[in-house]
Amino acid sequence: MFDVVVIGAGCVGSLIARKLSSYQLNVAVLEKESDVGNIVTMANSAIVHSGYDPVPGSLKAKLNVLGNAMFDKISEELDVEFERRGSLTVALYDEQLPLLDELAKRSKENGVPVKILTSKEVLEMEPNINKDVKAALFAPTAGLVNPFTLSVHAMENACDNGAKLFLNEKVVDIKKEGDTFKVICASKNVYETKVIINAAGIYSEEIHKMIEPIDYTLTPRKGEYFILDHYSDSLVKHTIFPLPTSKGKGILVSPTTGGTYLVGPSAEVTFSKDDVSTDKATLDDVRRQASEMVPSIPFNQVIRTFSGTRPTPSTHDFIIGFAKKDDHFITCSGIESPGLASSPAIAEYVVNEFVSKVLSLEKKDNFNPYVRKRVNLAKMSPEERNKLIKEHPEYGEIICNCEKVTLGEILDEFKSSVPPMTIKAVRKRTRAGFGKCQGGFCQPLVTKLIAEHFKIPLNKVLYQFEDSYVVRYKVKDEK
Amino acid sequence: MIKKRLVIIGGGSAGMAAAIKAYELGERDILIIEKNAYLGGILNQCIHNGFGLHEFKEELTGPEFMTRFSNKVNELGIDYRLNSNVLNISNDKVVTYSNSKEGLVEVKAEAIILSTGCYERNAGAIQIPGDRPSGVYTAGQAQLFVNCYGYLVGKRVFILGSGDIGLIMARRMTLEGAKVLGVAELMPYSAGLNRNIVQCLKDFDIPLYLSHTVKKVEGLSHLEKVTIAKVDEKMNFIEGTDITFDVDTLLLSVGLLPNVDLFNKLPIRISRTRGAMVNQAMESDIRGIFACGNVLHVHDLVDYVVEEAREAAEGAVQYLKGELKHEGHIYEVNPGNGIGYVVPQIVYIDDVKERLSFKFRVRKPYKDVDIYIKEGDKVIKKIFKPAIIPSEMEIVKLDKSLFSKESNEILVYVEERK
Repeated sequence: MFDVVVIGAGCVGSLIARKLSSYQLNVAVLEKESDVGNIVTMANSAIVHSGYDPVPGSLKAKLNVLGNAMFDKISEELDVEFERRGSLTVALYDEQLPLLDELAKRSKENGVPVKILTSKEVLEMEPNINKDVKAALFAPTAGLVNPFTLSVHAMENACDNGAKLFLNEKVVDIKKEGDTFKVICASKNVYETKVIINAAGIYSEEIHKMIEPIDYTLTPRKGEYFILDHYSDSLVKHTIFPLPTSKGKGILVSPTTGGTYLVGPSAEVTFSKDDVSTDKATLDDVRRQASEMVPSIPFNQVIRTFSGTRPTPSTHDFIIGFAKKDDHFITCSGIESPGLASSPAIAEYVVNEFVSKVLSLEKKDNFNPYVRKRVNLAKMSPEERNKLIKEHPEYGEIICNCEKVTLGEILDEFKSSVPPMTIKAVRKRTRAGFGKCQGGFCQPLVTKLIAEHFKIPLNKVLYQFEDSYVVRYKVKDEK
Repeated sequence: MIKKRLVIIGGGSAGMAAAIKAYELGERDILIIEKNAYLGGILNQCIHNGFGLHEFKEELTGPEFMTRFSNKVNELGIDYRLNSNVLNISNDKVVTYSNSKEGLVEVKAEAIILSTGCYERNAGAIQIPGDRPSGVYTAGQAQLFVNCYGYLVGKRVFILGSGDIGLIMARRMTLEGAKVLGVAELMPYSAGLNRNIVQCLKDFDIPLYLSHTVKKVEGLSHLEKVTIAKVDEKMNFIEGTDITFDVDTLLLSVGLLPNVDLFNKLPIRISRTRGAMVNQAMESDIRGIFACGNVLHVHDLVDYVVEEAREAAEGAVQYLKGELKHEGHIYEVNPGNGIGYVVPQIVYIDDVKERLSFKFRVRKPYKDVDIYIKEGDKVIKKIFKPAIIPSEMEIVKLDKSLFSKESNEILVYVEERK
């Protein structure tokens, strides 16, 4: 019997699990995917928004601003790449200027420090922005974060502090017997718990419906992006936004913590929650809109296009709180943008405001907020690096040429309490395969490393999902 | 810091050929740095034959071809490091490499030849539309899996792009029991060598869909379907021409790109080939840094890679002896009508010993065509070709005496005979 079962291991579920693991509670996390942070957390703009945009007084506004402020500490504790670069929301036309003032006013109400910059100031900061820029709203607290390591390291830290993660466990039903929930999975496994936290992302609607009828819906909204290689290290230094519209914050051009650039997203309603397809017309539109803000985007350096789905709530705000009928079921639904920026604050909010009302929270004496620190070769001096290679020769051997990832860094991830079991999981943790050749050279090597580590044949290594085998048949094997 | 006269980065066919040539020209202080556990580069996985017709006047497999070179490297006692990855080249030619035995090593080179080859354009680079299933590979990756690992990526295969690796893999997968349902090529002509179209597709009854490309890939987990459609001259899909294939594998053979990462942080101009801009000695904008093989421009035959590597080695040795003066008359070499690119882009004619070669590709197939080399307004060479195609690289060799030094521009172009 668990005290709490968290359903979903995206950045919200992982950070909630981590927070819960600081108390004397028996915590389980059920994740339908083969890795944490694989769906909504996987494909977004990787931005810690400042909070200038949400409607004042909304949960989004409150948690965004609180969450943003937590990132310095949490990125330090969880060894996550985070850079407070600041954002610029640019007005390209005179008629947009009143909107910029409106945003500045909204920022003040939300408690977000901003400054309106003149055209000259903007171009000094970002010479590649359209020369016709009229003004921009500068939000210095906006940041870039690596959402992959955020979710992975949060979950690893939770597990190191006693939480239990169960991957490939898709919840299909929830029953209540007395004070006990029975969480039933597709695998036929049943998890008994006192409290459930629903952090199932795009599927949190379906999970919530398992215990009561609900009065909101989540519409999957798709965002398509380009990723550009990190050749031009000065394309933009800040996250560049257009003015927001009813569809969202618009198509941005942003650096990433990995040194690449993101251009996107589109924002279309899609019919399927699993739809992560891309199409030419949409991407052409993204390209056109982004080029209006930053005309010199080198689209010949695109290394990948992708899309992600966001759970857009009919209420237009995060839906966080007790189920109507059962205060032992706590939902976190509709965590769309600025969900990533808000996620640390959502975890605090859920535990302090809701879990604390139904379970007694006693601190663990031995809770360690720090995740095992990773080797950061880029930040090492040649002497330090040589010392490391002498002790651990595997840090001298490079597996991924594009991103310069060493064998040591990959093998080290296998030691984690949330080890990578798929090609994509290795990519997310180490960037091996994230570069311009997209794993053309290193994927076979990574496949071999996974097979060797888990002692499975090469044709049992998965790319990501069930049945997504990297290689399917042994040569000369008749079966 | 170690000192070396000549550091060669990449021990594939280009790197080995350059090293051997430099040795033959008298240079003894050479180091080859190779990232793999073996010399030979990509030829190790090219187990088909067809290599060496020019070089050795016989048909060899990739491993056979490269073994002749690696044997020679060993015989001459040329120094090399395996499993060693170059992390950086500095402006003043300090090469930093890493391996598990020596750690980070800095080598101060007097001259450098970059011969790091190319990489395959992939689904990301061509922005393939549709879902993001597994089961989509570059042809070379599938080739490595089958030839070096002994695993077949799938058994129902469609191939996008008629590049040579794709064609070779159509045959290879078929021989291993897979069903190759077809090859689609965006252009109205093949991107591969004619002999490969015949030997790899026609001989196995594999259909080639010209002017077709992938419109959609489907499969939420693994690949299930690939839909292709015909395109018009403007590359727009033509309604009603969709064909859907039930497949578990899509191989991409949609072009190769020079692997110039190590030049990114250096003040070296990149040419239309997406490799470095070079002069007649295969020397980049930085004196003493040379490039050859597929990192400079993608070649059709390894024999030509070897030839170019020798030119780079000659250039490097000239440089080391102080014989590259970079003085006197300079030409800028430009591609004209019908030509995609020309290598080299710059010629210091006074540094040329006897002869000079221009390598280029046409943009589309031509029949009954004249290739012109023009210096200013004067045609200095005209060559008739009954047929010329983009998949085959053209080489024109010119005597130094043909150049009059009256103009600074050389134009290479084609004109069809009416």
